[in-house]
Amino acid sequence: MSKKTISPPPSCRHLLDTLSDYLDGELSAELCRELERHLSDCEDCRVVVDTLRKTIELYRETVAEPQLPPDVRLRLFHRLDLEEYLE
Amino acid sequence: MNPVTKRPLDASKGAEQSEETFSLAALRQGDAAEFARLVDAYSGMIYRLASRMLQNPQDAEDVLQETFIKAYKALPAFDGRSKLSTWLYRIATNEALMLLRKKTLPTVSVNAPLEDADPEGFELEIVDWCCLPESELMSEEARRYLDESIEALPETLKSVFVLRDLEGLSVRQTAEVLGISEGAVKTRLHRARLALREMLTAYFKERLPASGL
Ligand SMILES: [Zn+2]
Repeated sequence: MSKKTISPPPSCRHLLDTLSDYLDGELSAELCRELERHLSDCEDCRVVVDTLRKTIELYRETVAEPQLPPDVRLRLFHRLDLEEYLE
Repeated sequence: MNPVTKRPLDASKGAEQSEETFSLAALRQGDAAEFARLVDAYSGMIYRLASRMLQNPQDAEDVLQETFIKAYKALPAFDGRSKLSTWLYRIATNEALMLLRKKTLPTVSVNAPLEDADPEGFELEIVDWCCLPESELMSEEARRYLDESIEALPETLKSVFVLRDLEGLSVRQTAEVLGISEGAVKTRLHRARLALREMLTAYFKERLPASGL
């Protein structure tokens, strides 16, 4: 397993710019092929793709979904002079 | 090493807002009952957005109230070209950004951080932490760290990330909410994700088993 900090060489950098489109499934077929060819022999970029994908997944799966607390709703309706619609 | 798959990430999770039908005519005329329905339909969404942008319940509540006060005043002029949800997101995002700016030290320039950074100099930390067990990746502590990392993003990147990746808006909707081009949304989203990846790498690499390289 590699552990290091790199300043990506130009060959990697131009592909790294396409990663978000790639992960969102929005990259053109041609660039997709180019990227996957590069990933098959560049371990560093492969780690970046995997950890970037995991980063987005973790945010989508684990970040809190704050619900509107009832007292916040109550104060909102008061502030807007809508008490009579609180039901 | 993890296999490279083509499976696109599911971005649709938060984008389920069913566009309820409201009478625009009634809303424009200031009909209180119709406005109350609107508030009930969208206050949860706005509160969630504000909480994610500001990470503070009191600030989120302030933004929630200001958003609907502004919306009520602006409704007579609402042209209906964008969806109501998009329009409300825009008001709320502007309120949240204003509050963030008030809290940021005045010396911090709005467009200085990362946004215009020269990508030539950027560095990436290469550590594969994907293999960590779920108990580590999804621990309470990790969740808190994820929240704090959002907070650490420059506001231009934060708003795009929250709208697109957490709220699940499309690139086009995000562009509409923020009043920027779709190209700018994509660039900022990518920078936000890379910045978060760096922060998560710094955190999770410490939790890897201490194996030899
Ligand atoms: Zn590479």
